[in-house]
Amino acid sequence: MRALDFEYMWDLVPILLGYVPLTLFMAVVGMVFALVLASIMAVERVFRVPVLDVFVRLFISFFRGTPLLVQLFLFYYGLPQVLSFLTNIDGVTATIMGLTLHFSAYMAESIRAAILGVDRSQWEASQAVGMTQVQMMSQIILPQAARVAAPTLVNYFIDMIKGTSLAFTLGVTEMMGATQKEAAGSFLYFEAFLVVAAIYWIMVEALAFVQRRLEIYLNKAHAR
Amino acid sequence: MTSNSGISVTGLSKAFGNTAVLKDISLEIAPGERVVVIGPSGTGKSTLLRCLNFLDRPDEGVIRVGDLTVDASSASRNDILALRRRTSFVFQNYALFANKTARENITQPLITVKKQSKTDANARAEAILRETGLTERADAYPAALSGGQQQRVGIGRAMALDADLMLFDEPTSALDPEWVGEVLDLMRRVAEKRQTMLIVTHEMQFAREIADRILFMTDGRIIEQGPPKELLENPQDTRTKDFLRRVV
Repeated sequence: MRALDFEYMWDLVPILLGYVPLTLFMAVVGMVFALVLASIMAVERVFRVPVLDVFVRLFISFFRGTPLLVQLFLFYYGLPQVLSFLTNIDGVTATIMGLTLHFSAYMAESIRAAILGVDRSQWEASQAVGMTQVQMMSQIILPQAARVAAPTLVNYFIDMIKGTSLAFTLGVTEMMGATQKEAAGSFLYFEAFLVVAAIYWIMVEALAFVQRRLEIYLNKAHAR
Repeated sequence: MTSNSGISVTGLSKAFGNTAVLKDISLEIAPGERVVVIGPSGTGKSTLLRCLNFLDRPDEGVIRVGDLTVDASSASRNDILALRRRTSFVFQNYALFANKTARENITQPLITVKKQSKTDANARAEAILRETGLTERADAYPAALSGGQQQRVGIGRAMALDADLMLFDEPTSALDPEWVGEVLDLMRRVAEKRQTMLIVTHEMQFAREIADRILFMTDGRIIEQGPPKELLENPQDTRTKDFLRRVV
């Protein structure tokens, strides 16, 4: 057994931290798109719009049923061969696309379950005061569903942050790719991957802190 | 305005599966009239109320509120919305919006449904909170209110809508006994304004005090009706007599 090269690890930290913005960029943009797409699909699943429902179910089935890595390869290496306008798709865009579609499928199901979990009295009260379906969903049902779904959605966001590391397989030099390059140069694989693991870990813990604050905020209507 | 328009219901029927819950109900309510529905549990009283604003869709029947006529067999989404905007509903379990404060429960429908300005809606809410004795609890969420306070907000929310017909579905049945009095007091004040009301309740004394007319319902039909004194003291039908013997 050899001693860890702490100096090397210390020097690696600022280099890898330089890639944090790219990681967060891919995760945040992916999350925003995924949330929008998932909410639309969840509401559709609740109301079961004819025809559309078949497509949404197929979509969710496919993106939950196949590995994220397979989907990324499909978008980056596969689709451009059949859709010429995708020829110039770059790795970052393909990653964001993959993360969005993949996680929106999961998130749609959590949001749908949260919507269906909102008490019947809330639907009936909204109807009784004469709200339209859109008013009912936007003012009463979705805000209450958000509270229930929030912890799960933050978990998906955490998964998504870690999922950005797969961009490295599409040739994107993000945090994981940079680590790989550094390690290949120094042969200090253990040190390099230990540092990158620590950075992911700290990012996720910081997010868990935000998650707790968010839950307190969302629960304020339910405090006695 | 239409706030003084009468209500007429013709041939209202509703079945859940094979069970007929309402059987060809017809009913007229004059403007400002306060009608109380009594009868054994499970005989369609709540369903009658819920059919009047389509929380349960009637299978057949015509409901007329002022100049609005809605036929259950052909009612469109817009018809239903229009009918709901002519009525207001007080629920047995209060059904306050859980994500809104007491004040917002009153202002939200005014702003989103009646398109009032925030200023107007807030002014109205202030007045109603004062009237319901809830000024100090205005910014509390439902979870932090007692049952009695929640139901007073529920009634306040319905009052603010200035509906042609206020529907009360057993408004005190879910309450602890200690809160029943304050809710009935508030309903008495609403009744004093000659607001048109249709109330399902088991509070016989209250019915006797405020009703212009009491309907006795059983088995999905209105069996007998009349002024409180008449119906409660001199019922004609044996089913009414049996029921009153058990509850009074």
